[in-house]
Parts: sequence; structure tokens; C-alpha cells
Amino acid sequence: MNANFLDLLRNVLPKHALLVEPEDLHPYECDGLSVYRQLPLAVCLPETEAQVQQVLIICHRHGVPVVARGAGTGLSGGALPLVNGVILSLARFKQIIAIDAEARTARLQPGVRNLAISEAAARYGLYYAPDPSSQIACTIGGNVAENSGGVHCLKYGLTVHNLLRLRVITIDGEILEIGNEALDSAGYDLLALLTGSEGMLAIITEVTVKLLAKPERAQVILAAFDDVQKAGQAVGDIISAGIIPAGLEMMDTLAIQAAEDFVHAGYPRDAAAILLCELDGLNEEVSEQMLQLHDILKRSGATSLRTAVDEAERLKFWAGRKAAFPAVGRLSPDYYCMDGTIPRRQLPQVLQRISELSVEYGLRVANVFHAGDGNLHPLILYDANIPGELKRTEEFGGKILELCVAVGGTITGEHGVGIEKIDQMCGQFSAPELALFHGIKQAWDEARLLNPGKAVPALHRCAELGAMHVHGGQLKHPDLPRF
Amino acid sequence: MISELIEKIQHAAAHGQTLAIRGSGSKAFYGGEPQGATLDVAAHRGIVDYAPSELVLTARAGTPLSEIEKLLREHNQMLAFEPPYFGSHATLGGCIASGLSGPRRPYSGAVRDFVLGVGMLDGRGQQLKFGGQVMKNVAGYDVSRLMSGSLGTLGVLLDVSLKVLPLPAAALSLRFAYDIQTAIRRMNAWSGQALPLSATCWQDGQLTIRLEGTQRAIQAAREKFGGELVADGMTFWRDIREQRAAFFLSPLPLWRLSVPSTADALMLPASKLASSQLIEWGGALRWLHSDAAPGKIRNAAAAADGQATLFRGGDKRSGVFHPLPPALLAIQQRIKHNFDPHEIFNPRRLFQKF
Repeated sequence: MNANFLDLLRNVLPKHALLVEPEDLHPYECDGLSVYRQLPLAVCLPETEAQVQQVLIICHRHGVPVVARGAGTGLSGGALPLVNGVILSLARFKQIIAIDAEARTARLQPGVRNLAISEAAARYGLYYAPDPSSQIACTIGGNVAENSGGVHCLKYGLTVHNLLRLRVITIDGEILEIGNEALDSAGYDLLALLTGSEGMLAIITEVTVKLLAKPERAQVILAAFDDVQKAGQAVGDIISAGIIPAGLEMMDTLAIQAAEDFVHAGYPRDAAAILLCELDGLNEEVSEQMLQLHDILKRSGATSLRTAVDEAERLKFWAGRKAAFPAVGRLSPDYYCMDGTIPRRQLPQVLQRISELSVEYGLRVANVFHAGDGNLHPLILYDANIPGELKRTEEFGGKILELCVAVGGTITGEHGVGIEKIDQMCGQFSAPELALFHGIKQAWDEARLLNPGKAVPALHRCAELGAMHVHGGQLKHPDLPRF
Repeated sequence: MISELIEKIQHAAAHGQTLAIRGSGSKAFYGGEPQGATLDVAAHRGIVDYAPSELVLTARAGTPLSEIEKLLREHNQMLAFEPPYFGSHATLGGCIASGLSGPRRPYSGAVRDFVLGVGMLDGRGQQLKFGGQVMKNVAGYDVSRLMSGSLGTLGVLLDVSLKVLPLPAAALSLRFAYDIQTAIRRMNAWSGQALPLSATCWQDGQLTIRLEGTQRAIQAAREKFGGELVADGMTFWRDIREQRAAFFLSPLPLWRLSVPSTADALMLPASKLASSQLIEWGGALRWLHSDAAPGKIRNAAAAADGQATLFRGGDKRSGVFHPLPPALLAIQQRIKHNFDPHEIFNPRRLFQKF
């Protein structure tokens, strides 16, 4: 069957657009979560929408699973190949089709890099707001699939808030336009449903995004604290005062030191926590709010406050934060990045518990936190060469995610479920809720061929894990070990 | 209360009955005619959780919007999508189900942009929760946003968590004498600049805009804009939002045309109707009173890459909402079936067929 199936793909794809030899398949064996690896049956690199459509029709007819892939920067294994499936790479769809400066929109092929959108819009004084940390590499198609965030979400929203229209192809080859360039359209909000659907519902061939006017001014302040709790309190105080910062990030000691040693951003190495708070908007507005912000941070016990004096220093402050992951990576052979979201008021309790677990597992943790929107990225340091350490790390990570759910949060804020958090989904959702998710998938993909096995666990998988659904913040049988 | 609702749903499912979900009835005019036995949910009310520093409020679906907005105001916060009430007892559930947003929509976002999570009952009477009380959450499909604008056809909302925002420190409204074409161009040009615009409305040769932000910021912006200061801006925008302004008093059917903001003045069936348009949302929303054939109005909207909804009055037999292409409709029908397999909830409120 394979030879016959591959011949059919060869008929619809140019020779260089179909990879089948193991050495060609290797670059596709994993995404940004490299602990999971698998060679696919083949990799398709179509160049036209008609080729995408043909590939899908052939796969549908032969019951071959399809895993869509953008730049492969995802952190949850969403683009992990399936042994009997094809990788459908949208990497060749790199064209910015049109930028309409008056309407403030950009029509894009799915393989356009996130940062390239803002670069192209800059000449009109416009930009694309969501800025995931992988923005130099990640693609807009992948951003839609994961509903990617970034450091500016509290004020400017996630991918879902910045989309107008998608052009997609279903597994049976039907081309659909979802949404439009108006602000709403008839029927259910399928644009919201597709955003963050992790390649499970349809394949994106075109994305129309909103562009925003560049703010007149942006200014960042770096506040140091001798206590993580005080930093957490300061975040609440800023927001209670009616200020919505463009960015509000927190880092703990280990993350601060790693970042400082790596990029020399000017962070105080002895601080227990730092806050980076950026305000943007009109010149007068930023001036007024900066005064207010100074007062709030002083009152909440900041041990030092530094306002970036110019654009170069502002970028330097951010460089430390943006390099936090690779910086932490220098401390240890490997690190594992978690992505839970919690109600902000739970931060002290959650950080306390994470540090207890860190001792229990004998694994160090650096915490990087999108403090404004409660999205926590604990980075667990480990060494994959030490037998059993990866397993302990994953177990530790699983505990952190369960903790996030137990305090009213979620197992993933912006990285997606993919294959990584599939078991924790059993803890966050009940069987009827998961069944409803499966029903949604089947409304689009009855044969379950698009990225099957990702994002939503099969009910029997959860049953085997032993009904760990968290009810009202309480784990059933909290005394029992999990996994 | 919830167990009673579950019983009623299961009873309806077992006996092939349909249910018309009702909060205060303030939006019963919108969408297809309510059909079936009334399922009253107004008693399921009360604010469940609100921590101003979290920017999140959770309330039961029957909670009056007025109660929510009053509490938020006490903490200098707001529902930034500025929901229309269309009746003083309007509930949170109806606000979400109708998916209608007010004048601030193009500048701050729509209802769906602020929905963080929902608790609901599906057509099997199962109690389900989606999303949560946090800003960022990508676990599972985004069912909570799907509820916004679903007009109760997918289930009974029990509670909703919303992102809230600080009230702007100051606001002022300005007015300019512009013809329709100039107004459309200006609204779009302003949106492309860093300006504290929070509402726009053109009607009858007058463009009114609202600026919001810190005191000094809006004063500085005022100097850039010029224009004439509107004395009672708050009343003006409330009357637009609630459709109490004189424009909306016409007895002719009211059409809502959702179009790209840059669309030129629409070529509408009868030329005299050009004066009976009201434009909001920076050009993206155009209201029209007209008794022209629905097909003609829909064609005019479609020609501008937009859609037309028969918002109030008129003959609903030809459909309220813009028709969908068959493949898209089929997906919507399967989604409906997934939530409500016995087709109990709000039949034909959103679609003509189901």
C-alpha cells in the first residue's frame, strides 16, 4: 500500500516536494520539544494550495494521518510525526500576499514568520501585536494553531484577538473561508474554534491578521525585590491602580542570574525577584503613568528601581528576559519548560510549592513568569544522560501542572497540549467534556486523520490513568501518587 | 436550581420537546422567533467571584448586567466591550449568547474577546466547564468563545468568567461636519495612528468620536483633532448603544451590515436611503432602515465583502442572518448536533434549518 500511496503523492507534488528517504526525514522527527522523536512515513512540502488540497484528498482516501507543521518551533510536540502518517509542511508558503495600510490588515500565507509581519508593516507605522519568544522563527500558521501569546498579551491579546480571517482546507479537500475582513460574521465563531486547535480540525492556507498603530512611546522600568511575594503583590497593586502595562514580566533569582551572566542586561544578581514593567501609548499618558508606577513600586517594597534612559537600554532590559530560556540552558545540560497559568493571587503559594517539589525531586527550577496574565514558565534543569532523570523531570513537571489546575488555573497558557500534556488533560477535563471535544473534531474530521492522538486524550487513556479529574480545586484521593 | 434545569432538559430530550432559553427577554427580538417551552434561567444569578487585581469577574448567567457593571464601577473597572442592554433587566447570559458589543468594540474588542470561561449544560443535561478564570488558556478547543453569539443554540449558560479592564480616567467626545465618504476615510486613517480613539459614529453629515485615556493624553489629542466638543457625550454614546437615538426610531426594518471598515458608502437599493444610514465601529458597522427586498440588501453587503443581518422588525421568514456556504453550514450543523443532539435548545434562532 505504501508504494502505491507514495506514487499518488508523487503524481501531485514536484519531485523536490516529497521526502521519503530516512536521511531527508530526520530534520522532521521532532519539533521544539525534542524529547519526543519519530520518523514519519513521508514529508510533503507543497507549494500551492491546490497541491495541499490534493495531498489531503489522497491521505483521506487512504486513511493516512496528516500532521501539519510550520517552523517546528512548538514546545508541546504538536508537530511530532506519526509513524504511519505524513508531515504536511507549510514552510514553502512564505508570501506576504498584501498589506492594506488603510484597513490595517495583512493577508499572509501560513509560512510567513511572525516577526516578518511587523517588519513589513513598519513602513506604515503599523505592527502585528502577538510576539511569542520564538518570533524570529515561528510562523503565523503555527501561531494560529497554538493561539500563541508573548509578552504583550495582557494589553494586546493573544493570536485569537488579532485575527480576521482564515482560509482552510478540510481533510476531505473542501476549501473554506472562516471569518472576513468585517468585525464579525454569521453563525458560530469558528475563527475562535480554529485558533489553538493544534492542527486537529483543518489545514490553514491563508491568514488575515489585524495590524495596530505603533505606540508613540514605550518605556520600561526594572524593579528589584528581596522577596518574591512582594514582587507578586506589586503586580496586583499596579493592575488595581488601573494601569495595564504593555508588558509585565517577573523572574526569580536563578533566572535573573542566568540571564545576567548570559547577556549582561544590567539585572541585579542578588535580587530575589525582578519585575520588568513596560508602559506604552501616547507620550503624555506614558509620562503620567510612569510617575504613578514609580510610587506603586516604591510602596510595595522594591529595593531598586531603574527606568531605561533610552531605547538602547530598554532593549537591553528586554534582551535579558527574551534570552532567559537559552540563558537557563547554559546552567544545565538540559531543561524542561513548563507552561501553566494560574490566577495571579495564587503566585506565592504556587512558587512555594514548586520550590518544595524542587527539593523533593532534587532538580533545580528557574521561574520566568508572564506576571501580567498569570502565565508561569518554570524551567526544570536536568541531565538527560543521567538514567531516569528525564522521567523524574516529567513527573515533576506533571505535578506542577496539576498544581496549576488545583489552584484554578490551566495546564497550558500558550504552548499547547500537543503530546506533552495529553495526560494532564485528563485532570483538567471530565469525560463528558473530553467527549465533547472529540465531537468537535469529528464535526470537521470524521475519519480523525488530522493530527490524531494530540491535544485531546482518548477517554480510555484517561481511564487507564485512573480518573484524576480535579473537582472544585480538590484532587480526588490527594494522598495517592499520580502516574 | 441547576438540578431543576437538568431535569427539564432531560425531560425535553426524552419527550422530543424544544426549549426557549430566557433570561430577561431583552434580546428576544434578535434572531429567529423563540419557539418551545420557556426555560427561565433568570433566577440562576449572582456574582460568584471578583478580584479587581485579577481583572476577572465570574457571575451566574442570570445576573443582571446592571448589577455587574455597578460593582465594576465601584472598583473603577468596566466591561470594555460596552454591551448593549436593550432592556433594563438584561442578563449576562443574554449578553454572551447574543454576542452583541457596543461602541468601543473596534478599539477594545468584542464580547468574545473577553470571555475566559463558561460553565454550561449541554443538550444531554450534562454540566460542563470550559476555559477558566485566567487570561491565557489553550487547553482544549476554545468552547467558551464559541458560546458568544451562539444564541443559546448550543446549551444553557450557567456561569461566565470575563476579563475586565480599568475605566479610563477621562473621556471626551468631539464632532466634525463630514460627508459619508470623508468620514469613512478619516475614521480609518485615525485608527492607523496612535490616538486614544474609543468610539466613532457618523450620521447625517456629522461624525462624532470619543477619546478616552488619561486626562493629559486626551487633552493633547483633542488639540490634534480640533472639532467641536460634544456637551453630553455619555448620553450620546448610551443612546447609540441602546438604539434610542432618533435614527433608530424609524418604523422600517432595521438592518445591521457588517463590512470591512474601509468599504465605500454602500450602494443601497434606493438612493434616498443613503441618508438613513448610521455608521459605527470606524466604518465596520452600518445600520440601515429599509423595506427593500432582503436579497437586495444582502447583495449590497456581499458586494462590499460583508454580511447583512435583519436586526429588528421586517419579515424573518427569509432568514435573519446572512446565509452561509453549504460546506460551512454543514460543519455548524454538526457542531450543533454535538452539543445538542436532540435539538432541544432555541430551534431556528440562529439558523433557518435547525
